[in-house]
Amino acid sequence: MGKLLAIVLLIIALASAYPIVTNMFELPKDISTHGHAIDEQIKDTMLEAGFSFLGAQLVLAFFVWSFTGRKEGSPLKNFPGGARILVIAAFVLVGTEILALGVMGQKAWANVYFTSPAPGALQVQAQAEQFAFYFRYPGPDGQFGTIHPEKIDEGNQNYFGLDPANDVAARDDIVSGQLVVPVNREVQLLMHAKDVGHSFYVRELRIQQDFVPGLDLSLHFTATEIGKYEIVCTQLCGLGHYNMKAYLNVMSQEDYDNWQKEQSAQ
Amino acid sequence: MVTIVGSAAVLERGDPMAEGSVEQAHVQAPPEGFLRRYVFSLDHKVIGKQYYGLALASVFTGMLLSWLMRIHLVWPAARIPGLELLSKGGAPGGIITPEYYLSLLTMHGTLMVFFVLTNAPFAAFGNYFLPIQIGAEDMAFPRFNMMSFWTTFAAWLVLMLAFFIPDGPPISGWTSYAPLSAVGRDAGPGMEYGMSLWGISIALFCIGSLLGALNFIATTLDLRARGMTLMRMPLSTWAWFITSCIALLAFAVLLPACILLILDRHAGTSFFIPAGLVISDRVQPHAGGSPLLWQHLFWFFGHPEVYIAILPSMGIISHILVNSLRKPLLSHKVVIYSMMSIGFLSYMVWGHHMFLSGMNPTSALAFSFPTLTITIPATVLVLIWLGSLYGARIQINSASLFALGFISMFVAGGVSGFFLAQPSIDIYLHATYFVVGHFHMVMGVASLFGVFAGTYFWFSKMTGRMMDETLGKLHFWITFIGTYCIFMPFHYLGLIGNVRRYQSFVDDFMAPYIGWHKFITVCALLTGAGQLIFLYNLIYSRFKGKPAAENPWNATSLEWSIPSPPPWNNFGGKHPVVYHDPYQYGVKGSKGDFVMQDSPEQVIVSGD
Repeated sequence: MGKLLAIVLLIIALASAYPIVTNMFELPKDISTHGHAIDEQIKDTMLEAGFSFLGAQLVLAFFVWSFTGRKEGSPLKNFPGGARILVIAAFVLVGTEILALGVMGQKAWANVYFTSPAPGALQVQAQAEQFAFYFRYPGPDGQFGTIHPEKIDEGNQNYFGLDPANDVAARDDIVSGQLVVPVNREVQLLMHAKDVGHSFYVRELRIQQDFVPGLDLSLHFTATEIGKYEIVCTQLCGLGHYNMKAYLNVMSQEDYDNWQKEQSAQ
Repeated sequence: MVTIVGSAAVLERGDPMAEGSVEQAHVQAPPEGFLRRYVFSLDHKVIGKQYYGLALASVFTGMLLSWLMRIHLVWPAARIPGLELLSKGGAPGGIITPEYYLSLLTMHGTLMVFFVLTNAPFAAFGNYFLPIQIGAEDMAFPRFNMMSFWTTFAAWLVLMLAFFIPDGPPISGWTSYAPLSAVGRDAGPGMEYGMSLWGISIALFCIGSLLGALNFIATTLDLRARGMTLMRMPLSTWAWFITSCIALLAFAVLLPACILLILDRHAGTSFFIPAGLVISDRVQPHAGGSPLLWQHLFWFFGHPEVYIAILPSMGIISHILVNSLRKPLLSHKVVIYSMMSIGFLSYMVWGHHMFLSGMNPTSALAFSFPTLTITIPATVLVLIWLGSLYGARIQINSASLFALGFISMFVAGGVSGFFLAQPSIDIYLHATYFVVGHFHMVMGVASLFGVFAGTYFWFSKMTGRMMDETLGKLHFWITFIGTYCIFMPFHYLGLIGNVRRYQSFVDDFMAPYIGWHKFITVCALLTGAGQLIFLYNLIYSRFKGKPAAENPWNATSLEWSIPSPPPWNNFGGKHPVVYHDPYQYGVKGSKGDFVMQDSPEQVIVSGD
């Protein structure tokens, strides 16, 4: 039965690698300026992880094949070099591997988190709530009105709790159910949770960031391709979690300007 | 003439006869009366079996819940007959609602992580075999031991109660992130009373685990038999000992976290709830708390918990592997030091669960590096196991199949950790099925393989009867192939961005991949059904199995030196004396190719 285990191990190793090698599960197209670094990192890691996985499974299969069903009294041998060589191998191989991955990976992380948005970045506020996203643009005055939690009134579509009667800055704020951004322009998203934790995930943008109640977080990105993409919530936020989504609509600058005008007119 | 090889330590150690508590224990007579013998027993062996039984009940419940989830995911309109009896609101007409899906998910995770992965490899086997393997008559604190089981049992009852109250079980996942878990009724069904039951249950569980961990540590340090130096303890005992050190610190953090959560929910405090939240159109009457506090406390426990689940299984399969290789591992010490390093590092990595939580992005780098570093001791372990196979005479039986399967599974689940340890990749893969595949394989399935291996190996000692080997092997093949078929595709689906914790795949891009999910569901049903073979084997062999000899596997450690099942005080009032390292295999002994730890004969070829 040892031989059978070896064969099954071999089949499992190859079958597990097959979908990866043939690229059956391709990452969605990257439409961000920072995403290629993440994709590269995934590829490099896949190479190293794949190598470790196949190596270990095949050695396991080979040893199981070779050393089961041996006759009683057949000589026992010890691995040449013993434990010492294996410990050194683990430290050297895995050590360099994690150093390489660690150092390279930090660059991709730093691209997203350690750079400030350009001064002219388009500021949009994102509010996550059970179970929808709302986006707010400051309007022509460039100023966001203040949020008053007690004035939030979903029925009257006052999702942000604005007070246009007393707050001048709030009067021209544009609130939208989709995130509309111009192509190739940097966007700074000011993130705000109304109720519980949520998360903002756009696969094509290679961006995922939690909304944390009580924390004002921000992230920035530049979308490089016109189109409509799904924004989904990835932090368990209650019974409608699976259905909490919105669209990212990347438009040409011209279309974007028109959209802004339309919205302001309403 | 008796020659003792390499055992100067025997003489150095003090005479345990002088330590009164041990002596007094076996002056007492075995307990009489049903309650003391089988229910509120102080005997570590009975308590071990009780833990095993509780884990068994939990694992089949948890599996049933996963079946319901898998069925609902791919056939959302499927009617599950009888489910409406359990929850009228959650499954009207037997059809699962979105919120009930989240209830199932929460209960599946909680049952499996706490009541299965912590109880089975650690509390159950540890309780039964740790005292025997070190030559003790019982745990250091038998009453604590009984209390720890019954507290855990109470925790289980409280948790299961959530299924039967009108409110239903909580819906916030096994991680119970605040503020969703802290605000009460406004958060949805199950969050008013169900969530409180969860908090109480886990707090009780923490108390039980703390008592158990203390007991394990005291027993290991104080009650070793004469000649049983620390380095002569079998690897399984080492793993339980290290695990209890981890558990002592981890559960000591989760317990206050649960208490704070309960206070937030019922005493009007605001540890985890900031100001200005509007939930269900109601401004919440809280201010000043931080949801990140819960995440830090939870994961400070949560990551070591992963190792609480996996380390005992590492020890168990090492113990079994040596026996089936018929020669010692390449190095006993390296395995022990690797497990210690894993335990130590497990406290420095909790932040990798929170890369995207809004904590300072610099700390992501600080958490990423130790996370990657854990790979080193883990790789050392795998290489030692693999290297030890070389040149062995591997005996194939159900126990060794699961031990070998453990190595395969641990590697398969472990390599995906490379991805998730890097914050830059985590940006893309966080909260996708990739993570689900990763932790199910490396923490869930691998750990359970250790439990299965341990069961097939030790069943004869625990019951005096052998398990059926044919059924055992059949069970292995179904489980091994089945779990690969279930959890490998999870990784692939994660790569395309399939988000977890969704009751339905509403995202447009998921349409072409529903077939894969159907495949996974079918595999989950079949693999789950395969576990019934195990259950049948357990019950059948308990009553009808072949009677077991004292030492059916020709093993060396102390548990095989006493009758099966062991008498009430383990060694029949005698004090075993230990002369050798635990794994004297591949030598010329009087009984075969091994020399038992308590045999005074000379070891001709020293293995280590």
